[in-house]
Amino acid sequence: MAFLEFKNVRIVGLSAGVPRNIENNLHPTQDQGISSEYSPESFVEMTGVMERRVSYELTTSDLCYAAAERLIADLKWERSEIDALVFVSQTADYLLPATACILQDRLGLSKECYAEDVSLGCSGWVYGLSNVASLLATGSLKKALLLCGDAKGNLNQFFGHAGTATAIEYAGEEEGMKFHFGTDGSGFDAIITPDGGSRNQVSLRSFELEDINGIQMDRMQSRTKSMDFFLFGVITAPKSVKRLAEHFGLNYQDADYLVLHQANMKMNNKIAQKLKMQAEKVPSSMYYFGNTSSASIPLTIVTQLKDKCKGKTKFICCGFGVGLSWGTVAFETRDIVISDLVEVDDDAKDKKYVV
Amino acid sequence: MELTKFIENFAGEFDHTDASVFTADTVYHNLDEWSSLIAMCIASMVEDEYDVVLKGDDIRNARTIGDLFNTVKAKM
Repeated sequence: MAFLEFKNVRIVGLSAGVPRNIENNLHPTQDQGISSEYSPESFVEMTGVMERRVSYELTTSDLCYAAAERLIADLKWERSEIDALVFVSQTADYLLPATACILQDRLGLSKECYAEDVSLGCSGWVYGLSNVASLLATGSLKKALLLCGDAKGNLNQFFGHAGTATAIEYAGEEEGMKFHFGTDGSGFDAIITPDGGSRNQVSLRSFELEDINGIQMDRMQSRTKSMDFFLFGVITAPKSVKRLAEHFGLNYQDADYLVLHQANMKMNNKIAQKLKMQAEKVPSSMYYFGNTSSASIPLTIVTQLKDKCKGKTKFICCGFGVGLSWGTVAFETRDIVISDLVEVDDDAKDKKYVV
Repeated sequence: MELTKFIENFAGEFDHTDASVFTADTVYHNLDEWSSLIAMCIASMVEDEYDVVLKGDDIRNARTIGDLFNTVKAKM
């Protein structure tokens, strides 16, 4: 029973960075894995993804860095006060070292900073949040940054690039956060990049093209068993929300917003229907940004709810995807600081931590 | 669980295919509108209406709507 509760913590700020470059799904380019199932028009109609932000230069850490810089400035945080940094991504800068270590130095944080990477995708923001909440809940550490996103690695009509920053503080007497988590590794290959890790190290074979459901892909590119993933999402996400509500005695329909991972419009509409949530309580950013992996929940809040979170706001957020892995969190914010979306130019890519 | 109602529910998940196309013998994989997202909608409908959770292989391995009806019935 993976239920967790951490009191005395709260989210105080959110920001998101995306590449300035916009790709339009009505005019997809060949190197972005054009869908074999749909024409461009049908793809947009079925998935709800019209535009995506894409960069061939910026890494996830570049986008997270830009988002974090903006958020630190907007919150007026002293860098020396940031006790922990958790970086959640499946597109780290290097196989090693951990990208969190690079970001600690790049952001000018203290050498007394706790820093770690977490390798998760679409469920990653919720997992990362529980990780940070557990670090702060006792009050030993007071302020932390959760940096989540993916870039560069995902190139198809569904995926966009984004990096986000979530600022979390220890705060006594707070209701805190309530979580439900789940995992089903039998679906490990529903979304997978076959080569490049230890199991299948990079070789010449890694770059041979294979026909994957009508698309030519090499083994360094991530591939998705769409049907398996879609079935998983539409069944699992509503169950996770219901289990969280049941366990903690919450009425999830009392939430001001249900923020779902942005997989595709049809799936999210079905999930909202199953939960009988009013459409206006279920914001969507996928039309403009596509599926941005672990960035999708905070990116949706930043771009769709920036001016709607004055005073107290109750959230339920559910992330689900690659792993297979899922998580749902309930929390409340008070006058949360939400930065303007940061659009990042390609020339802002890191030049110092490069070998 | 009635076959006629199942076919009606199945057809209800399609936006652009005429209802008259759907029979127990319809090979749904061959329908122009068939896609992985329609498969997701079918699985969602089956869970809502029949309290049965379909896997990807259930939908891949069934050939006709009648076959899928039998798969769902066997899991009830």
